[in-house]
Amino acid sequence: MSTVLPDLRYSAEHEWIDSASPARIGISQVAVDALGDVVYLDLPEAGSTVTAGEVCGEVESTKSVSELFSPVTGTVVEVNAEAVDNPAVLNEDPYGAGWLFTVEVSEEGPLLSAQEYADANGGELG
Amino acid sequence: MTASTTSRHTALHDRHAALGASFTDFGGWDMPLKYTSELTEHRAVREAAGLFDLSHMGEVRVSGPDAGTFLNTALVGNLAVIAVGRAKYSLLCTPEGGIVDDLITYRLAEDEFLVVPNAGNAATVAAALRERAAGFDVVVADESAGTSLVAVQGPAAEAILLGLVPDGQHEAVTGMKYYAAGTVTVAGTPVLLARTGYTGEDGFELYVPNAQAVPLWDALLAAGREHGLVPCGLASRDSLRLEAGMPLYGQELGLEVTPFEAGLGPVVSFKKEEDFVGRAALEARRDEGVARTLVGLRGRGRRSARSHYPVLAEGRRVGEVTSGAPSPTLGHPVALAYVETAFAEPGTVLEVDLRGKPETFDVVPLPFYRRQK
Repeated sequence: MSTVLPDLRYSAEHEWIDSASPARIGISQVAVDALGDVVYLDLPEAGSTVTAGEVCGEVESTKSVSELFSPVTGTVVEVNAEAVDNPAVLNEDPYGAGWLFTVEVSEEGPLLSAQEYADANGGELG
Repeated sequence: MTASTTSRHTALHDRHAALGASFTDFGGWDMPLKYTSELTEHRAVREAAGLFDLSHMGEVRVSGPDAGTFLNTALVGNLAVIAVGRAKYSLLCTPEGGIVDDLITYRLAEDEFLVVPNAGNAATVAAALRERAAGFDVVVADESAGTSLVAVQGPAAEAILLGLVPDGQHEAVTGMKYYAAGTVTVAGTPVLLARTGYTGEDGFELYVPNAQAVPLWDALLAAGREHGLVPCGLASRDSLRLEAGMPLYGQELGLEVTPFEAGLGPVVSFKKEEDFVGRAALEARRDEGVARTLVGLRGRGRRSARSHYPVLAEGRRVGEVTSGAPSPTLGHPVALAYVETAFAEPGTVLEVDLRGKPETFDVVPLPFYRRQK
């Protein structure tokens, strides 16, 4: 069963976001497990603007490609270069070393609590 | 979409569930997609061994005095000349030359063959064989429902099997050539053992009645652990066969392609005496040449081409990808595609439209991966 971390919030499109500033964003273990082995990441560049609910990148696994949606509007501060170089880290540690990018948030999109996300998508609070 | 509740289960389904498999529908069967990670399973087959449940594949036994002659009229290859104990890759075609299925046929005795079609085509192939058998002294028996098939694939496959075969039969295993088969006792059960597979590695396929499937699977899994064997799902099977340049029915092969487009012209025997189904159409296609050809593509970037993506040259569409993935063994994207014959030469530089962004791919010879012998 995929883990859903209780101290994060989630988008309906499976991104997680923490409460730091700038906020750190990744994709949930539920989504990573469904994708399979991640082999390629296309992430927004530092300094660019992302918009809540809009596509900001791609996550490619051995079998498929998924679009990455930004859960918030704001300016990208930092991109996880280690995850770009070694996308397998998303499978190994989606809430830790597999984070994707950080954003100086100007506006949040609709976000779910961990409980709400787990209820809607399966996964265990852990 | 197909409801998973209608999918058929193999005799090993409970074993897969207990091993934590995630499942996918394949040819109407609920089959393991992967147990852990498809990359781990892929690498295990390249470096050690993998265990596959392929019980969804069909088994059609053709027996009788006319069996060889009959198969020569029903299939495009020359089956009548293969030796007892050997196997041959062949095709079942329509009168128009389209491919109904690609299959392996084992000659078990002078007058007995076992034809192995793909899961989704098993009933169609059995029906076509029955229909084409009219006037021949043969019996066509679809044994698919009662037969299980497991495969042990990888460099450690032979060593794993030897651990389960009585000493007196070791030579039957070690001396078995590629594309050969025979009855061997494995874990106390007589099995039809074939040195065939779909991964590009050395390996064996084991045919048993359903009642023997679970004990055989358990014995292979236990004996294989120390050799690095892991259970493998269809995700890794697909990436392995793609690296090995092997076509998949429904992706590279179908009713709309003849063997010539698919690079399978040599599989068609025009020299055999019999008038086989599709002969006239295939002779014409051979003589007039083909407009498109199946090629291998190697990506220069990191992004993979996927099925149905357009292939571009000189700013226009010249083909379409049929299968594509990142190659775990080679470390770059690989794909199979049908392209206009003028662009099929290895060394040709093409582009694939990756969701609106063109990426450069080179036409390369197949297979992408060939094992060291």
